[in-house]
Amino acid sequence: MNYQLDFTPVIDGLPNLLLGCLGTFLLAVCGMLLAIVIGIGGVILRTSKIKAARWAMIGFVELIRNTPFLVQIFFLYFALPLAGLRLDPTPTAIIALGINGGAYAIEIIRGGVQSISKGQIEAGLALGLHRAQVFRFIVLKPALRAIFPSLTSQFVLLTLSTSIASAISAYELTSVSQRIESESFRSFEVYFTVTAFYLVISWLMMRLFGLFSSRYFAYPVK
Amino acid sequence: MTYSSDAQADTMITLDHVEKWYGAFKALHDISMSVRQGEKIVLCGPSGSGKSTLIRCINYLEPHQKGEIRVDGILLGHQAKAIDAIRREVGMVFQQFNLFPHLTVLENCMLAPMRALGLSKAAAEDRARGLLERVKIAEQAAKYPAQLSGGQQQRVAIARALCMQPKVMLFDEPTSALDPEMVKEVLDTMIGLAEDGMTMICVTHEMGFARQVADRVIFMAEGAIVEQAPPAEFFSNPRHERTRKFLGEILNH
Repeated sequence: MNYQLDFTPVIDGLPNLLLGCLGTFLLAVCGMLLAIVIGIGGVILRTSKIKAARWAMIGFVELIRNTPFLVQIFFLYFALPLAGLRLDPTPTAIIALGINGGAYAIEIIRGGVQSISKGQIEAGLALGLHRAQVFRFIVLKPALRAIFPSLTSQFVLLTLSTSIASAISAYELTSVSQRIESESFRSFEVYFTVTAFYLVISWLMMRLFGLFSSRYFAYPVK
Repeated sequence: MTYSSDAQADTMITLDHVEKWYGAFKALHDISMSVRQGEKIVLCGPSGSGKSTLIRCINYLEPHQKGEIRVDGILLGHQAKAIDAIRREVGMVFQQFNLFPHLTVLENCMLAPMRALGLSKAAAEDRARGLLERVKIAEQAAKYPAQLSGGQQQRVAIARALCMQPKVMLFDEPTSALDPEMVKEVLDTMIGLAEDGMTMICVTHEMGFARQVADRVIFMAEGAIVEQAPPAEFFSNPRHERTRKFLGEILNH
């Protein structure tokens, strides 16, 4: 082994790599926001009185959780144009991440909603609030608090899944590094650096979630 | 005194041949009763006798299957509009308090007036502070439920229900989950409410409270009303064997 480490291409490519990090971060944040919306909306449908809505959500969750994310992202990228919707790789990746993360979020949040005692719901109803108001003002926050650690790890996973969006060349860290690697053939150096960057991004995400949690869920419980 | 089930001008609640099942189990048997405006009723009976179920039917937390329930002239059918109307007029206090843990005491009291009655934030806050004052807990307004004792939580729950300015208050074993030293503060609050003329139905085993406050004590067993009488008569001269047995068990322990 007389491999000579040479980080020059990495250093030269640093501005691009940092932009790639930013791309990954934005992809992850947008994906999460969409996943949260899908997750909460999905839980409402999943627990609604309408049987068709419940079954549609069960089907959706099963479909997404039992197929590979790479295939899902390809499917969206090549199927959406057939449906007349032509999107750039990055928005497509955001939608795919949102749908995938949303399906997992539905099951996680549903667990949180079920952990809320029936008495809370009854108290809300007895005060004259409607079911939707009870969900929004009484159930949602304590439910999210109950499952926030699981949601955090799911969303860190979502952050890392953004690398799969390189398959449709969305703008993010992995695709940027692939370009640098293919021009320099410094595979080890490039992926060593990229691994470190992903670690930092994951850690940053966890910190952000921790910060949010300590602010938003600051109320004391017994 | 007679308890006519005929509609009277001052009748607040009427139950007419109400029946309720949980699947094959019949929880309420042919319940007929009426409650006058301002009347204080204590409902008692052994556990499983259907007393909680009965008051939970009045605000439709439990649907009944047969018979009619009317509150302040509104027929409680199974359509959302009547249910909403009745819930705005009927306040309920639960055994487990059921305060919302993520809201402060003040916010607990403001939520429903703002969302169900459409009060402005300022008006809701005014009302909430006034009622927290009334249950003598105004200084705790900024705290969260978990920071209060059981007795304090239950008083907040009473204030929260009163913020809807209900015409009727239902109490479902309000002191059963409390440590003994906190029972009095909650009962005192309820006595104050009774003195102000609130129509009240209280499911409770606090017989001292019943003697002091109730206009009528209703004894239930196995989902049916066994007997009812003013407290003096109820305690000194119970007519049914079931009632005597029950009173013997709860009064001589």
